[in-house]
Amino acid sequence: MHIALEIAVSAFLVIAGVFGLVGSFGLIKLRDTMQRLHAPTKATTLGVGGVLIASMVYHWADGGQITFHELLITLFLFLTAPVSANFIAKAYLAQNVAEKDLPEPLTEHGWAIYNDPPLIEEAKEALDEGRA
Amino acid sequence: MITYALFFAFGCFGLALLLNLWRIVTGPDSADRILALDTMVINAIALMVLYGIWRGTAVYFEASMLIAMVGFVSTVAYCRFVLRGDIIE
Repeated sequence: MHIALEIAVSAFLVIAGVFGLVGSFGLIKLRDTMQRLHAPTKATTLGVGGVLIASMVYHWADGGQITFHELLITLFLFLTAPVSANFIAKAYLAQNVAEKDLPEPLTEHGWAIYNDPPLIEEAKEALDEGRA
Repeated sequence: MITYALFFAFGCFGLALLLNLWRIVTGPDSADRILALDTMVINAIALMVLYGIWRGTAVYFEASMLIAMVGFVSTVAYCRFVLRGDIIE
């Protein structure tokens, strides 16, 4: 393998390892659950992205053909990390924060974590009217 | 040189898994535990890809793709259970 590619793979691996460790160390170090949400969702995602780039370069230099499996995994992780972080934040809010402590919602419907979605609410009302 | 970098990354992600385990054990809230489990899945994917580099084979990508999907679905299912008391309404 060419020395420049070897240096590139090693650099990506070391950077990825440091990012992954920082992400999980932040999960221990930070004080509050909402603060703890920051470290793993950003740093760990970046760390695993670095590992996947290193793997892509290594297999390209080793076998001669470039593969896109790694890009698929990277894309999937980068798409799902914000979604799962949002869900975890909502679960924390629903369990630990009362509705009166949150700011007023701007639309006519309330916070989604305390109220049913509008369509389900209407369906329930229609069901009650049908029974009565 | 790649071998040393590889073992450094193995050590980092292994230590990261232990730290996540610590957060799962001591986490005061279920949101903390969900977050730690999600991070554990991502670290496991990284370890699996590293093992693929070490062995010089590409068969572990399908496995890591599957683990990524199952991890995301399980995180969302756990959060929905905490949020609504039900997973599929």
